[in-house]
Amino acid sequence: MGKNLYNKVFDLHTVRRLPSGQYQILMGLQMLHEVTSPQAFAALRERDLGVMHPDRNYATADHIIPTASQARPFADGLAEQMMQELERNVKDFGITYFSPESGTQGIVHIVGPEEGLTQPGMTICCGDSHTSTHGAFGAIAFGIGTSQVRDVLATQCMSMGRAKVRRIEINGKLRPGVYAKDVTLYIIQQLGVKGGVGYAYEYAGDVFENMTMEERMTVCNMSIEGGARCGYINPDQTTYDYIKGRKYAPSDTAWNKAVAYWESVKSDPDAEYDDVVRYNAEDIEPIVTWGITPGQSTSVSGAIPALGEFDATEQELIKEAYEYMSFEPGQSIKGTKVDVAFLGSCTNGRLSDFAEVIQHIKGRDFKVASSVRAIAVPGSIKVREEMMKRGWDQVLRDAGFEFREAGCSMCLAMNPDKLQGREVCASSSNRNFKGRQGSPTGRTLLMSPVMVAAAAFTGEVTDAREFFEIAAEPVGV
Amino acid sequence: MSDDSKRIKVSGKAIPVRGNDIDTDRIIPARFLRCVTFDGIGEHAFEDDRKQVAEKGGQHPFDNPAFAGAEILLANKNFGCGSSREHAPQAIMRWGRGIKAIIGESFAEIFFGNCISLGIPAVTVDAGTVGKIMSAVEADSSIEVSVDVENKTVSWGGENAPCEIGDGPRMQFLEGRWDSTLELLSAKDEISATAARLPYFNQWQ
Repeated sequence: MGKNLYNKVFDLHTVRRLPSGQYQILMGLQMLHEVTSPQAFAALRERDLGVMHPDRNYATADHIIPTASQARPFADGLAEQMMQELERNVKDFGITYFSPESGTQGIVHIVGPEEGLTQPGMTICCGDSHTSTHGAFGAIAFGIGTSQVRDVLATQCMSMGRAKVRRIEINGKLRPGVYAKDVTLYIIQQLGVKGGVGYAYEYAGDVFENMTMEERMTVCNMSIEGGARCGYINPDQTTYDYIKGRKYAPSDTAWNKAVAYWESVKSDPDAEYDDVVRYNAEDIEPIVTWGITPGQSTSVSGAIPALGEFDATEQELIKEAYEYMSFEPGQSIKGTKVDVAFLGSCTNGRLSDFAEVIQHIKGRDFKVASSVRAIAVPGSIKVREEMMKRGWDQVLRDAGFEFREAGCSMCLAMNPDKLQGREVCASSSNRNFKGRQGSPTGRTLLMSPVMVAAAAFTGEVTDAREFFEIAAEPVGV
Repeated sequence: MSDDSKRIKVSGKAIPVRGNDIDTDRIIPARFLRCVTFDGIGEHAFEDDRKQVAEKGGQHPFDNPAFAGAEILLANKNFGCGSSREHAPQAIMRWGRGIKAIIGESFAEIFFGNCISLGIPAVTVDAGTVGKIMSAVEADSSIEVSVDVENKTVSWGGENAPCEIGDGPRMQFLEGRWDSTLELLSAKDEISATAARLPYFNQWQ
């Protein structure tokens, strides 16, 4: 039997087996940001340790950065302090920093791929659980805690166990108006938020093969929401075409050597898996979450499920979700009033996410409903500048969206972008946990960017396929 | 490693936090992550949950004086899901006298790893056992609860039950090797050798 990508990359990066039975694994790339790194750098100073491979660590600022204006000093003194700490740390330890001033800042999981740092066959870590995003390139990429950030800075290694590998195969063709976000929400709905604990997910089949790199990133991004610490897609020509020409991509003679290495880490055709699940693309509809975990979701044409549909051990949490969200079982999700619409995040803040929205609104006289506050937050300065070059900022503003500067923004609301009170937000982000979007009682409905746009215009959860008149059947390719 | 770093058996008062899928945003709301040190983060543990329970006239265990000074946390399924931020276990270990061990039905993977890095044994027991311990401490918060890492058992008020913790983490706790930096650094030559065989570590030469 052959080997899958996870085990190949894991073995190639194994430094040694530790007495604990864990493995010491070498990290090809660590991405750093201002929230989970300061205590790690402080620990290095305390112990008089240096950074072993400064050229394998890169930093940017995303979580706390304000998106109304990045002008310094920030109005929020704590945020300003965190920025200054990051600036001091990268300077003292000789780490490349994608700063706002350099025009390369952005959400850490958007910047890595954008700069060509994220490549197949690597191990990638970052003090952020959505590091699974980078798995889209055929890397083993996962989130870590601050103690491990410290370890990787000091040793370029961390200790970890080997995960099991589940292949998730989806064949067929997605229906029009169904996006990568719906695919990942569908998988989580099917396997549950705990279903992936202990597993790495390998996404395979027609649907993922036909996706662009940005769509693949959306899927891998949310692996962690299904409990899987990492998720990946085997690299192919789509991957290589995306990487080629980027700043940190191999060039000239190195390119062929790189492709040979990347090809060598792909899962073998007869690779072994610990588990295989299969779904049909045609069964997936636009999905909206209704509860307080990303697994509590329904198709847009569906209803809030009845208590009896859940396992007895889940029912307490389901009741808590009904109460927190003010939903009654049996109620349609369509028509739910929304107060805020948020386009952005490491899940859906890339150029193609906005392109999809622009395609449906450009030249049509849609206006954000008067009761709705709508914000569009590009995932990086480069995404933002490209949008402006194409005039999309104006299209969004004309439609009634605020067009912001780059950052994580209202995905986790560590900056000033927050829900107020019990507001309901149609959000293209990744978590609908209680209080996630900055108000302890705020409510989040996760959905694709196009669904967010439709909700912004109508002021309620809407089937974007009907609202934007997206053809019922695929029209050509 | 000094004996101080060994985690062979942890005993103390326990505090139950009932519910499945309690995520890191609930353990420590994101607004308290705006900090460059972990100092003072403990007092904000479960802050929003505490307020919400209080508004409904109830009392969150973290506000209940009966559980003040507790050092063992009792949890249900998938505790600590969500973010990788270490602020969650840091908040718990800095609350009150500090939580020093967790007994739960299951833990989210990154949260569990973070607990190891911080020297907090997080052991799993079946639903029945955790239910019994929770009920026992809710009835009498003064009873002593123990997590015996060495013998893989938990005990409370004269009763005991088996618990699970992986062999790897268990040995790390018993030998005091959960602080990983020095152990990883001790393999400098092997690290160089591994880097040398990876073409991308060497500019594709």
